[in-house]
Amino acid sequence: MLEIKNLHAQVEGKKILKGLNLTIQPGEVHAIMGPNGSGKSTLAQVLAGRDAYDVTEGKVIYNGLDLLDMEPEERARAGVFLAFQYPVEIPGVNSTYFLKAAFNEVRKHRGEAELDAIDFLNLVKEKMKVLELPQSLLNRPVNEGFSGGEKKRNEIFQMAVLDPKLAILDETDSGLDIDALRLVAEGVNKLKRPDNAQLIITHYQRLLDYIVPDFVHVLYDGRIIKTGEKRLALDLEERGYDWLLAEYRSQTTETPSGLVGAR
Amino acid sequence: MTMRPSTEGVVTGSDDAFLASYEQLESRDHGVVPPWLIALRRAGIAHFGELGFPTTEDEEWRFTNVGAIASLPTHPAHSWDNPQPAARELERFTFGQMPSIRLVFIDGCFTPSLSSTELSAEGVEIHSLKNALQANVDWVQGHLGRYSGADKNAFVALNTAMVEEGAAIRILPNRRIEKPIHLLFVFNTTQRGASIHPRILIVAERGSDARVLESYECLQEGETFTNVVTEIVMGEGTRLEHCRLQLESKRAFHVGTIHAHQARSSHLITHSISLGAKLARVNINPVLDAEGCECTLNGLYVVDGGQLVDHHTAIHHSKPHCNSHEFYHGILDGKAQAVFNGKIFVRPEAQKTDAKQTNRNLLLSDEATIHTKPQLEIFADDVKCTHGATVGQLQDEAVFYLRSRGIGKDAARRMLVHAFASDIINRISIEPVRTELDQIMFDLFEREPGV
Repeated sequence: MLEIKNLHAQVEGKKILKGLNLTIQPGEVHAIMGPNGSGKSTLAQVLAGRDAYDVTEGKVIYNGLDLLDMEPEERARAGVFLAFQYPVEIPGVNSTYFLKAAFNEVRKHRGEAELDAIDFLNLVKEKMKVLELPQSLLNRPVNEGFSGGEKKRNEIFQMAVLDPKLAILDETDSGLDIDALRLVAEGVNKLKRPDNAQLIITHYQRLLDYIVPDFVHVLYDGRIIKTGEKRLALDLEERGYDWLLAEYRSQTTETPSGLVGAR
Repeated sequence: MTMRPSTEGVVTGSDDAFLASYEQLESRDHGVVPPWLIALRRAGIAHFGELGFPTTEDEEWRFTNVGAIASLPTHPAHSWDNPQPAARELERFTFGQMPSIRLVFIDGCFTPSLSSTELSAEGVEIHSLKNALQANVDWVQGHLGRYSGADKNAFVALNTAMVEEGAAIRILPNRRIEKPIHLLFVFNTTQRGASIHPRILIVAERGSDARVLESYECLQEGETFTNVVTEIVMGEGTRLEHCRLQLESKRAFHVGTIHAHQARSSHLITHSISLGAKLARVNINPVLDAEGCECTLNGLYVVDGGQLVDHHTAIHHSKPHCNSHEFYHGILDGKAQAVFNGKIFVRPEAQKTDAKQTNRNLLLSDEATIHTKPQLEIFADDVKCTHGATVGQLQDEAVFYLRSRGIGKDAARRMLVHAFASDIINRISIEPVRTELDQIMFDLFEREPGV
């Protein structure tokens, strides 16, 4: 489904991704962990098409398409969804209006008819229940005045409505209390199917108690330095990153630049 | 009664034409209207004579050249004998037949057949100004021209010299008027220089609560001139929401001035929405003249082509413990120009003043120009005054967020421009007005081209 080959990316001249490789098959859940500054969010933004990031080398193939050649909206319509780490507030844009516009764009792309207002509202209400979001949210501007937890739940709610093939969750767990975390995880798990995949970016192991990954990758200095199963996440929780970084440094002759160690 | 302008009157192109209009009114009304009104007009024309039309040398008019107004062959708009429009032609100006007390002015003349049958209702007394003057209603005489400052502003002076028609509204003590009072001014004529000088007096008696809407429209495009003055007198503990919508012809000239005088614990909310006219200048001057007053000034201007829109607001904090909030948004395209000047005066005795001013502008073209200037003059030491002005393009993060959900780049941008306007429109409490303006913004920004 997704094949990232030797991806290099920079922002304002600063190299952040330095040869990242990752392959995701349909039905899989992958977790990416790593210390601050390792490039986790950059990866998410590059995959979604944020133009502030320059891709200098490498390829990303998504279901046979050259993902990097597509506009952000084309990626979204083709089934790529990014749950933002910091969802932006958009005063003046009504949540229902926005979501209906997005939803119909995705349907149009799939060759499906647009849903009428009533059917759309029914669908939306059903998805909201899962995430225990108040219906009043639909009449409010996008993310405006939402609490931190509401914003994150709103991202997963949008994901549920848009039904993506590849969902990328960028630190969706940060800033959530345990109840909200459980709701978010439940929402994500409900969307799991044999024909779609999830890429979960997280700083903590906590979320992975609820969303069980098939693979855990450690991202450090713009590269994946270790891949394991769920057990790896628990090891990182117990022992931190230092042991892994030491192991990595002893293996490589190259000295990683930039940030050292976990904070 | 309809007059035919003399040929000389039409072609004269200077202050003289305005003086001629005054003299015509004066000779016609001599002995018909009360002497105090004659005196008021005389004082107005004297001030106008002293002040003359401002030039760009004048700091208050630096960016707004009114030379084109001064050289208009001005004449009362009703001088031309146009057939009166049918009620259905005006339907589009009624916010979907919004229940309201409506006074319709065609080419500046109050037209009872198109207005609400009963003007005065439970708790409110309303007259067309002409009727009020003829009947010599005492509270009109008591307030008219009291606060408007005809000695300082040439357009106010001119309006005062031409005081004839408009509206006089008095909200009785402790009454809440549910229906909006809608003053609808429609140009029917398209004659170059067709001018109206409406005068509006709103007296809110102690503890009352009302909403007044002024809208300026035209049936056809014309090089017309509106010079309106609104005087608002707010008693203790009153609340008044005032909304002015300027949707005139893109060839028109429009000058509007609002003076508000606020007594203790009163709350004034004004909205100034300016979309039309080739040149529009709006002055809003609230005086917070007692403790515990509050005023909220909202504004939205959307201009393109060669339009110029200028808002000058001056909030006078004269007494302690008053709050003012000001939110102005502007959207400029083409070669449009906009001016925002926000003055806040805090007198030495006005301690504990809390004043906040924001002016945000979106420039959609490289050729559009905005002159924005906060001007705070603070003479008290225990106050909180903040101001902020931004000029820019759309926020990249917001555009990206919408695109990341599948919405196309162009659609995302249009949605956000609309939203920027909605942020101000949503502050209007009159639902049908909000809905209508929102639709106008949708048509302007979001409707697919060619659909």
